[in-house]
Amino acid sequence: MTAAVVPIRAAATDAAGPPLLALEGVTLSFGGVRAINDVSFDVRKGEIRAIIGPNGAGKTSMLNVINGFYHPQQGTITYKGTVRRRMRPYDAASQGIARTFQNVALFKGMTTLDNIMAGRTLKMKRGFLWQCLRYGPALSEEIENRRAVEEIIDFLEIEAIRKTPVGKLPYGLQKRVELARALAMDPELLLLDEPMAGMNLEEKEDMSRYILDVNRLWGTTIALIEHDMGVVMDLSDRVVVLDYGVKIADGAPEEVQKNQDVIDAYLGVPH
Amino acid sequence: MAGAVEAAPAREDTFPKLLLRHARERGGRPAMREKHLGIWQTWTWGEVLGEVRAAALGCERRGIGPGDAVAIVGANRPRLYWSMLAVQSLGAVPVPVYADSVADEIAYVLAHAEVVAAVCQDQEQVDKLIQVADQTPKLRFLVYDEPRGLGDYGKDHLSAFTEIQDEGRAAMTADPGLADHWAARVAAGSPDAVSVILYTSGTTGRSKGVMLSAGGCVAAARDTVAFDRLTDRDEVLAYLPLAWVGDHYLNYAQAMVAGFCIACPESAETVTQDLREIGPSFYFAPPRVFEGLLTRVTIRMEDASRLKRAMVRHFLAVARRHGAAILDGRPVPLTGRLAYALGELLVYGPMKNVLGFSRIRVAYTAGEAIGPDLFAFWRGLGLNLKQLYGQTEAFLHVTCQADGDIRSDTVGPPAPHVALRIADDGEVQFKSPGMFLGYFRDEERTAETMTPDGFVKTGDAGFFTPDGHLKIIDRARDVGRLSNGTLFAPKYIENKLKFFPTIREAVAFGDARGFVTAMLNIDLTAVGDWAERADISYASYQELAAHPRVIDLLEQAVDQVNRDLAAEPAMAGAQIRRFLVLHKELDADDSELTRTQKVRRGFIADRYAPLIEALYDGSTERHVRTEVTFEDGRRGAIEATVSIRDMTPHAGPAPTLREAAE
Repeated sequence: MTAAVVPIRAAATDAAGPPLLALEGVTLSFGGVRAINDVSFDVRKGEIRAIIGPNGAGKTSMLNVINGFYHPQQGTITYKGTVRRRMRPYDAASQGIARTFQNVALFKGMTTLDNIMAGRTLKMKRGFLWQCLRYGPALSEEIENRRAVEEIIDFLEIEAIRKTPVGKLPYGLQKRVELARALAMDPELLLLDEPMAGMNLEEKEDMSRYILDVNRLWGTTIALIEHDMGVVMDLSDRVVVLDYGVKIADGAPEEVQKNQDVIDAYLGVPH
Repeated sequence: MAGAVEAAPAREDTFPKLLLRHARERGGRPAMREKHLGIWQTWTWGEVLGEVRAAALGCERRGIGPGDAVAIVGANRPRLYWSMLAVQSLGAVPVPVYADSVADEIAYVLAHAEVVAAVCQDQEQVDKLIQVADQTPKLRFLVYDEPRGLGDYGKDHLSAFTEIQDEGRAAMTADPGLADHWAARVAAGSPDAVSVILYTSGTTGRSKGVMLSAGGCVAAARDTVAFDRLTDRDEVLAYLPLAWVGDHYLNYAQAMVAGFCIACPESAETVTQDLREIGPSFYFAPPRVFEGLLTRVTIRMEDASRLKRAMVRHFLAVARRHGAAILDGRPVPLTGRLAYALGELLVYGPMKNVLGFSRIRVAYTAGEAIGPDLFAFWRGLGLNLKQLYGQTEAFLHVTCQADGDIRSDTVGPPAPHVALRIADDGEVQFKSPGMFLGYFRDEERTAETMTPDGFVKTGDAGFFTPDGHLKIIDRARDVGRLSNGTLFAPKYIENKLKFFPTIREAVAFGDARGFVTAMLNIDLTAVGDWAERADISYASYQELAAHPRVIDLLEQAVDQVNRDLAAEPAMAGAQIRRFLVLHKELDADDSELTRTQKVRRGFIADRYAPLIEALYDGSTERHVRTEVTFEDGRRGAIEATVSIRDMTPHAGPAPTLREAAE
């Protein structure tokens, strides 16, 4: 046997691909506070895009703008070639944007399986009465969706906690269930808000593996906020850096890493 | 051995022949199950035959032929079991490899066995094999079961299991006579050929490849299938490592002989749930699994309501009194039977149901000594738990306990058709139907293991009880003598100590010394719990271990062990005279334990030489400084003053040793 079996990792991103999402001059204020100030960047189809920055830089606000929870006072958002109007998170979800949250937002009393099934809600077309009957079309719809959910459970290796109420799970697993629920939507754009916060090294390695696999195997575009620089540098194709709501750098991880503004923003500047 | 294989010429004597027979006789019965996407999938014997045949013919197209070794690397998956059968049907030899082995260990086995191909479970295993490809020159190609993550790997030497099967099926379509030809070759397979090479886990030096013959394997499995009356209605959950003789025997060989169904767990983490869903009728687990389950039950009971706790306490007492007797068919008063029946309804039945034990007819445990209380607990619940003693070289069974003749402190009388004897130096030696052909490519060690008259040396020391049960006391080379000639079996004493929940590890010393001493490790969970209730505050393991009241607690345990030892004529002289509680936990990172959590007595004796000196020079305490390795690899040292306690020996039935060296 020769070295010919050694894996060749194909780059998942099509660098020349059209942007899936483009933000142009986005400004968001809360009263007198400018959370985001004239920020423009894009997310290309199939890439892993990291949004980083010190505390209070406006990263989470940015995700909230992308998924329609906040409405920027200025600027345009173009998603899949269409300029977005004022809308609700519900619309973003039905357009294929899914997200996870910084502080786990699962239904604690429900099982892992039910939580992930909740992620399929938008895929279920049968009404309340049909569901009550649990017969015919409603049943086959349930089976079809359950199958999709089981594939995600298999993918994220959470078979053992399928029937466990998520409130009883350790934090790292809850994060994984949250990712599973987001994946259940079959998203085109997946927003991850600090997917590794509070995890130990092993959990981080696992989560990194899953994020890469989601991106590579399913072609899902991912935008993530993360504080662990090692993770950001290893995972992402491109990084955008925010500081006090202003974009200070944008580019490949190694470029951003050397950028003096970024170093200053993180370490502070001598006065 | 003559008589081991019964003289019925038509009986199948290889595993592939048995497969053909089951497909013919019980083609519609379930042969294998696996949970996939949350649903149990079942393959009948007829379907398994089809899968195996396709895989075998595919492998043949790839150049696998008689005598070739094929590694099987992974967990219990139907396709890996089929691979074994497919390989065996071609006259080639499967070599199962421990899935959790690191790449270097795998490289050694693959190179030593001259493996030409490997069937891997998933990307993890494929990666390991690719990593060591330069050390395994004969390895030509890899096959994988689970495609995930392997999409962008080069295809030259790597194929999916389904691709191999497709090639086999295509060949059958092209040549309709191929299937019959394959079946005819299987039917002509020789029982004397090597059926499998099982590598021993290698706690003592490099692992050895144990060659087992097809006829021997089938004969051995036939004996125990008859012994435990297993039929094709039985069912097992195969969760033991594929490369371990226990899985190959208890699950694979017995299923092939009896025609019962093997269920494969969904993943290693779901075994407890799968157990409950499958409800196996035959079960094997090492003692620590039974211990873990008991702990789980106990902890959950503490959270239950008062009424339930009282009910469980009451009926467990009933079970302790009558359960084992009812199970063994001994006379039990009618009131006892009624109380037990009520207990079965209210406590034992539901408890067994939760654990997935409801349908178990036969359960075995082996590998380590099992605590008498633990053993009695499970038997009291009505679980037919028995002990066996076996070795890879014997193809498992050397002794096993028969229904109704069960003891916690013996491993039972010789298994059917096994000849057993104790050599002059106390070593157990056997001859069995499944006895190995030799170590692969290691004549020297084969010769060391065999006696001139064809018995196999086990390396274990033991003796027979008056009624013919074998009692294993220790590894033969660890058994020593005190300076006055009294037998000293360290592990025997250590096991007795470790049966106490408060004692995590124990190391006994005494070879060539005047008396026996012991170093103990407290069990932080159990002692910590006790300390909380006893209002003892502590900041660290070290502080708790040095607390005088904790040492008092352990003194009671040691005293009880001495009392037990005093009751046994052979052991009464080896009572513990002095002991200490170590200031740190014995740890595999510090090389004090092996990776399988066995104490390395010699290493510990060197490392704690000052403490051993103190144990024997009569001092009451000693200050020590010990180097430790932290989890992240940093090194440091801890210092402590360790106090030493004296014990008063109990008078035994035989004259005890009086103040030999103090």
